[in-house]
Amino acid sequence: MNPVRIIEVKQSVFADNDRRAAQLRRELKERGVFLLNLMSSPGSGKTTTLRRTAELLKDEMNIGVMEADIDSDVDARAMAAAGVRSIQLHTGGMCHLDADMTRQGLDELLDGGGVELAVLENVGNLVCPAEFDTGAVKNAAILSVPEGDDKPLKYPLMFQVCDVVLINKMDVAPYFDFDLEKCREHIKMRNPDAVVIPICAKTGQGVEVWAAWLREQVQAWRG
Amino acid sequence: MHELGIVFHIIGGVEGTAAENHLEKVSAVVLELGEVSGVVPDYLTDCWKWAAAKSETVSGAELRIETLPAVTHCDGCGTDYPTVAHGRTCPRCGSGSTWLLTGNEVNIKEIEGY
Repeated sequence: MNPVRIIEVKQSVFADNDRRAAQLRRELKERGVFLLNLMSSPGSGKTTTLRRTAELLKDEMNIGVMEADIDSDVDARAMAAAGVRSIQLHTGGMCHLDADMTRQGLDELLDGGGVELAVLENVGNLVCPAEFDTGAVKNAAILSVPEGDDKPLKYPLMFQVCDVVLINKMDVAPYFDFDLEKCREHIKMRNPDAVVIPICAKTGQGVEVWAAWLREQVQAWRG
Repeated sequence: MHELGIVFHIIGGVEGTAAENHLEKVSAVVLELGEVSGVVPDYLTDCWKWAAAKSETVSGAELRIETLPAVTHCDGCGTDYPTVAHGRTCPRCGSGSTWLLTGNEVNIKEIEGY
């Protein structure tokens, strides 16, 4: 038997994914595609928010959505019903997407060309998706009022990696013990650069502020 | 269960390193896990056994986990203190403006093989 050799590696497990994500971002830049990674816990309103956003932006840019779930295609159907090009990705039991899985989805979504704003609706989960760089240009998180204003303290990494946080379901705020200012403070403690936008996807309140932010980001990326 | 996703990335990394170093078979992988990395060692070991068996190079390899202590730095008074015992509030001055120095690592330290 050959002698056992010890090879020193000393590398983060995420290093390889980070490299692939950076490569994907470079390719998206060349192709003029803006990729948004949208994350949140299940039921916070990702799909409803995306439908509202698409209503505001679909006449000025070509939008494509990737719905990532462990199972089913209800989200992709909902987006398609709203007139947005959408595909369903199944993660095979995994709780997040990494750069390679995102690339596979993009290959299908961008096939045929034309998509300027691609949105990845990540698996509903505040923990795991934050650990894996998907190759997105910007990360967004939705935190809905019923979840509570303390979530940025409990799931710090999610709020650290986000460029923007949408506080959704503002219409029910009077019925919950949710303090918007406290929530802003909690987010700021973990990420002073995050933009915070209160919205209600159901009524449309505040969605135009979010759409304006997104429009600006897409224009800046596409040059 | 992000442990499964992490295990796939570990195996991918180990297979790459093994190929670069012309190792036919990997017999052990030493992983450094920060105390507050959010990765549960028991789950990771279970996922490892299941996923490693599917890889020709890595099947049967032992996963050895070394824990790295978590240390937080306080911007208020400059103290470094153990994170697990005191959390995000500095035990010396009570400040909340603190940040993690070490403790969220998930590193492949070394691999053994032939």
